[in-house]
Amino acid sequence: MVPTQYYLILSAILFGLGAAAFVFRRNIITIFMSIELMLNAVNLAFVAFSQARGGLEGQVFVLFVIVVAAAEAAVGLGIIILTARNRQSLNVERVDLLKL
Amino acid sequence: MNGPLVIFFVLAILAIVGALSLILQRHPIHSALSLIVVMVAIAGLYLLMGAEFVAAVQIIVYGGAIMVLFVFVIMLLNAGAEERTNFSKLAKFAGLPLALALTGLLAAAMVRHGNAIPNPATPGALASTDRLSTLLFTTFVYPFELTSFLILVAIMGALVLAQREKS
Repeated sequence: MVPTQYYLILSAILFGLGAAAFVFRRNIITIFMSIELMLNAVNLAFVAFSQARGGLEGQVFVLFVIVVAAAEAAVGLGIIILTARNRQSLNVERVDLLKL
Repeated sequence: MNGPLVIFFVLAILAIVGALSLILQRHPIHSALSLIVVMVAIAGLYLLMGAEFVAAVQIIVYGGAIMVLFVFVIMLLNAGAEERTNFSKLAKFAGLPLALALTGLLAAAMVRHGNAIPNPATPGALASTDRLSTLLFTTFVYPFELTSFLILVAIMGALVLAQREKS
């Protein structure tokens, strides 16, 4: 059997990689995908804890997270299309209207 | 080494390689395909933990619907390879150490306090979808109904955002 600890370590590594991608990438679509990666890492930890405790509440939370991620993807990609249409670029450094 | 552990390591390495590929690829479509690899590997891990319904939802909703939406938008916007700009200095010098520190801190906490985390009593036992749905429609019925409002608002928001402005 696989100790719960291993799942949590894998979850931490995936979350860290997602955070690194969020900081380093300049393409707005890739940045959005790294958010999905971080959500997946958290889901993995939820299911691992749910299995360790023997309850199913963690899996219900995962379903809610997936629903929220789907809603977020719909709105976020709408915003991306709008940004790309207005700026003719997907580079986040060119979207600097709020920058001092 | 027993069977489940071997499967775990294969899937874990697949997920980490996919995540690394997501960071290192320059073209967004390659990043999207790497992310699909990560999601399928995570679905396999869910099956290994006995969460069959969550694994199916992961494949259908994440690997299917959401990633198709991403690929669709990448194709629609004809997104090319990421242009190289002079990198923000803050991201260059603080980003990598801080991301490494975050990963290290989280992983170290799991390693150090690993004994305090309970292990499953019956590993690999399938979580029955029957019990899951009973829980979802009794204890968590109000959050469940709220998510339908959330999706409704998201649909309207996406429509308003993506429509062409009236001239």
